Parts: sequence; C-alpha cells; structure tokens
Amino acid sequence: MITSKTVQTPKGVVEYLEGGSGPDLVFLHGAGGVTADSPFMAALAAKYHVRAPFLPGYGESEDNPDIRDMLDVTLHTFDVLDALGVHKPILVGHSLGGMVAAEMAAVAPNDIDRLCLIAAAGLWIDAYPVPDMFSLLPRELPEYLFHDVEAGTAMMTQNVSMSDPKFLIPFLVRNARQLGMAGKLLFPIPERGLKDRIHRIKAKTVLVWGDSDRMFPAPYAQAFKAGIKGSELVSVPEAGHMVIVEQTPAVMAAIGRLG
Amino acid sequence: MKFTWFNLMPWPYLPDDFREKNRSVWVDIDSQLYDPVRGHVVYNDYLDLLEYADTMGFDGVGINEHHQNGYGLMPSPNIMAAALTRRTSKAAVVVLGNSIALYNPPVRVAEEFAMLDVMSGGRLVAGFPVGTSMDTNFCYGQIPALTREKYAEAHEMIIRAWTEDKPFAFNGRYNKLRHVNIWPKSLQKPHPPIHIPGGGSVETYDFCIDNTYSYSYLSFSGYLRAKALLAGYWDQVVKRNAPDTSPYRAGFAQTVFVAETDAEAERLYSEHAFYFYNRCLHVFAGFADAPGYRTVKTIQSGALNQYGRPEYPKLTWKDLVDGGYIIAGSPETVRQRFEDLIKGLNVGNIFLLLHVGNMPKDLCMYSTKLFAEKVLPHLRNMWPEYADDNRFWCSPLEERALPAPLGPDFAPTTQPQMVPAK
Repeated sequence: MITSKTVQTPKGVVEYLEGGSGPDLVFLHGAGGVTADSPFMAALAAKYHVRAPFLPGYGESEDNPDIRDMLDVTLHTFDVLDALGVHKPILVGHSLGGMVAAEMAAVAPNDIDRLCLIAAAGLWIDAYPVPDMFSLLPRELPEYLFHDVEAGTAMMTQNVSMSDPKFLIPFLVRNARQLGMAGKLLFPIPERGLKDRIHRIKAKTVLVWGDSDRMFPAPYAQAFKAGIKGSELVSVPEAGHMVIVEQTPAVMAAIGRLG
Repeated sequence: MKFTWFNLMPWPYLPDDFREKNRSVWVDIDSQLYDPVRGHVVYNDYLDLLEYADTMGFDGVGINEHHQNGYGLMPSPNIMAAALTRRTSKAAVVVLGNSIALYNPPVRVAEEFAMLDVMSGGRLVAGFPVGTSMDTNFCYGQIPALTREKYAEAHEMIIRAWTEDKPFAFNGRYNKLRHVNIWPKSLQKPHPPIHIPGGGSVETYDFCIDNTYSYSYLSFSGYLRAKALLAGYWDQVVKRNAPDTSPYRAGFAQTVFVAETDAEAERLYSEHAFYFYNRCLHVFAGFADAPGYRTVKTIQSGALNQYGRPEYPKLTWKDLVDGGYIIAGSPETVRQRFEDLIKGLNVGNIFLLLHVGNMPKDLCMYSTKLFAEKVLPHLRNMWPEYADDNRFWCSPLEERALPAPLGPDFAPTTQPQMVPAK
C-alpha cells in the first residue's frame, strides 16, 4: 500500500510517497515524476520501506524559487531525508533523480553508502549528444523513453485527448511546474559538473541501464562505470529509458545486489 | 499617433518547398539556405527601405532582435541601429529591442543604447523584450524557469547604470560588478523611453504599468485577434489604478499593404503575404514554449492564444483580409481598417509591417509611399486629448549634427551641419 504524505522542510512542504517495510530505501524520481499507482513503487514496497520524495513543483511539493541549481537541489534533498528521519538509506535515482542521487553521493560521500543509479542524467559526451528533451512533442517522447514504443505510447496516452482544453491547461500548468523545475538541472544540456566530482563517490554502487535507452544511450552507462570506483553495471535487455516500468524485476534484482 | 516603419528583415529566398523539407524557420533552420553574397544585397536593401521611411515622414524606424531565424536577420539590432543613426535624420530609432537577459553583463545594453542615443541626438526608443522561448531558451541556452528572474535583474542594473550619478557596486545573483559607471550616458534623461514587447504574460502587463513603459503586442495574427489580449492589458491598467489610460501606453504591430485599389493589392501583394505566413512563420511547435518559460499564473489565465494558432497554409487572401491578419487594399480601405484598429485596441503606437516576406524593394516603396501620403495624414490626430503625452516617445535635441557630405564635396569642418530646429 503506497500512501501520499507531506513533510515540512526548510525550503517548503514536500510531498512524498511511502510504503512497505524492510530496509530504508529512498527513490528519487525522474523528470516525469512518479505516482502512487506505479508498479515500480509497488515492487519497491514489497521488499523495502520506501519513501519517494517529490521535487519542488511536483505534485503537492511547493514551488520554491530559491531552489535554482544543482547544489540547491542536492542540499534540499538531504534536508528532506533529515525531515523524514532517514539515515543512510539505500539511495535509488532514476534519470534526473539519478543525477541528484549521484551528486548527493559525491558531495557527502560519507553519508551515502549504497547507491543505485538507473539511466542517470548528469554526464555529457560530445559524440553521443542527449536528445533535446525539452523541445520534444508529447507524441515524440515514447520513442526515446521505451524499448517497446507501441506499448509505451499506450501507457502514456491512456484516456487522454491532447486536444481538449480541459486537459490542455492543467497539462501545461503541470508541465510548466514539473519540467520548469527539471529544466533548472537539465536545460539546455543535462550536465552540471558531476564529472568533476564523481570520483568522490564512495558508496557501493550499482548502475542499471536499459539496452535500448535512446535518451542516455549505453556510452553514458560506461561513463558512469568509469567514473565511480568499483561500480557494477547491470545492462537490461529489452528495456529503454523507462527500464523501471519495462523490466521491473530486473531492476529489483539489481537493487538487491546492494544488500 | 506614432507610426513606426518596422522591418523584421526576413530572408527572401526560402525555397518553395521550405515547409515540406524543414521543420522550423527558427532555431534549427538549415544554415545552407543562407547565402552571404545575396545577404549583402538584402541588408543593403533593407537599410535603404528604413532610410526611405525616414524621408517619407514616418515617426520611427523599427528593428528587433532574433537569433537563428529565417525571418529575422538581426541577431544584433544595435548594429543596424548604428547604421540608421547616420543616414536617417528625423525618425526615432526604435530598437524593439534588446533581450536583456541575454547580455553578459547586461550593462552592455546600457552602454550600447546610450551610444545610440547620443549618436542619434536623442532619437532612441528602447525596447526590453523578455525574448521568445526560441531565442532565449533554445538558441541562447537560458534556463526557462530562471529567465524572468534574470531579466528582472538585468533591468534593474540597466536603469541604475543610466540614472545613478556615481559609480556603484551591483551584487546581483547573476551579475556581480564592483564598479558600474557607464560612459557615455544616455542623452535623454532620465533615460530613453522604454517599450516592452509582450505576448500575454500577466507579469509583463504589471511591469509596464509599474514603470510607465509602453506595452507592445507584436503579433502577426492581426488586430481582430489582438482584442482579447489588449483588453486584458487595459483591464489590468484600470485594476492597478494607473493614473490614465493613455493609448500611448500600448503599441501594436500590423501587417499592411496599400495599392490603388483593393483588387490591385491582392494582385501585387498576395504572393508576398503567403510567403510570410506560410514559410516565415513555420516554427516547430516544440520550440514555442520551453516548460517553465511561461509562469503558471499566465498559463492559468488562459490568455495564451498560440494554442489556438490557425493553420496559415490553409488561409486564402480573403481569409487573411477578412480575419484581420493583414490590412490590405486601397488607401481608403486601409484607412478605415486602421481607424478600427486604433480605436478598437486603444493604441497610440503602431508598428507597421509594410515590408513583408519576400517583397522586393520597389514594391515595398510603392506601398510605403501610398501609406505615407494617402493614409497616414488621416490617422495622425486620432487621439487629440493625449497629444501632449510624451512619456513613451523620444525627445531629440532640437539641433542635431549631420554626417558630412561624401565625395568631392567632402570638407570636414569644425562646424557640423545641423538639422534645423523646427
């Protein structure tokens, strides 16, 4: 059972999802956010005591104009862990959340000892430019997010008519809030200096990457592996950037390697 | 009324199949379509036209800033403005404007605008757009959600640089300068008049009202579609208890074609109107609005009309005319339409798009001349009750220096030739 709760932090109210019992695990979501009915959340809660805090502007988490850059988000997320009373959890981040998790582990290497980065943002390789995700039209997204584009499209568009203004204005508001926040870290190039700090990570680290990730393709997995001493890479077949929903069991098995 | 002859400076050689073969005229337009040899002539023609407008008695000549854009060849409008200060002598030089969040440090804008103001003898009208998402975010890499904060800081720095008497330190979030002390300072005091191009952001309405800046709506979709947006602005002017509703608090850009008859207008200009609406305005939707660029307040207000943007390629000449996208026809037709526009929108500043798309120079001069001689005089005095409102227009020196004549007569003296006082 996943429930939505809120907690007060120095930078405003934060919504988070909580469920399950077992070892503490914190999941940091990607640019698209995460919902209580996500099968990935259910899988995490089956084995762990999971909390998934939302970035400012996502769900009920307050917008905060004072959170502008990578350091602001990194420190804010530590404040969220404090507010939740979580100490040294297994830290799991997907995509944008992986970028934040990697920064946290690099900034405070003695406070993060188990780290799972799934299709993480944060590095840039000139030979493999990341797609300009902020200019993609909604209908263009699935091919970058999913291995099975058809199934992914169906997942994204269920019961949705893009042309209905009743849909459009809330959609644009949500997009402005969520991707406006995400853009502070990802726009126009999703790199904020992690390459200069990644060597500081001491955590036991598992990297999880879908073989068909077209957002951050395979060379990015290799770059993280090269940057984080002793890290282990789990490549997942038949999975794209949304490996957490396309191959949930494989991701769970990879997280399980952190003990 | 103040009429500014405005040139976007479009590239006139976009191919017939431009729409089919390119996804956007802006941001990632195929650079192979530009030819600098032809471009040399294009710039020369466009400057000629602006200078012609000065001789024909328009109040201003207008230019703006775009980047990586097939219909706007002015990444730096200040370069064009500098050229215009030398070969125009009467018209205001309306730079609409500099995207101040893009200049690093933004004191550069204070410096360049001050130079233009001094060079032109106080003829500068300055514009400070936030800038489109295409220019600001996708071409110049500004983070969408931080663009407005950066803009606000740049604005504060520029106004202080123009108005403070002593050097000062500026400790901003995006700019830290220990010694701000620009040379030269602007000629107009406390600073040149400021126009703010906007596209329906509520915050921009308030910004103009609070600072006594003119709000300019530079749409290409015409005056009928602009009514709702400008009504929103005027409602806000009243709501915020501004001291007046002077029409000079607002400006509007209108595409216009003048001929001897309505039929001649269609015959002469339809090809160029279609070029503009079909090729020049072919912008990839993914570049129109980077998430975070618009504030939540603005999106919630529902004032954004681009989501209901018409499909231009399907519009006929009659659709363009009847829908008010363009004002076209005989001088009498054009005059009547402009009266509707001016009264309907309550605007005192008009930015005339008399050059459109791939219009050749001679044809543009024909349309311009007809407007200047047969339309403009009838519209001059639409707002007699606000005739003395000079808050939104430039105040040039009475006597201004002119360039020395070139050629065999070139004879520099210590006494420059002066524009005679009125």
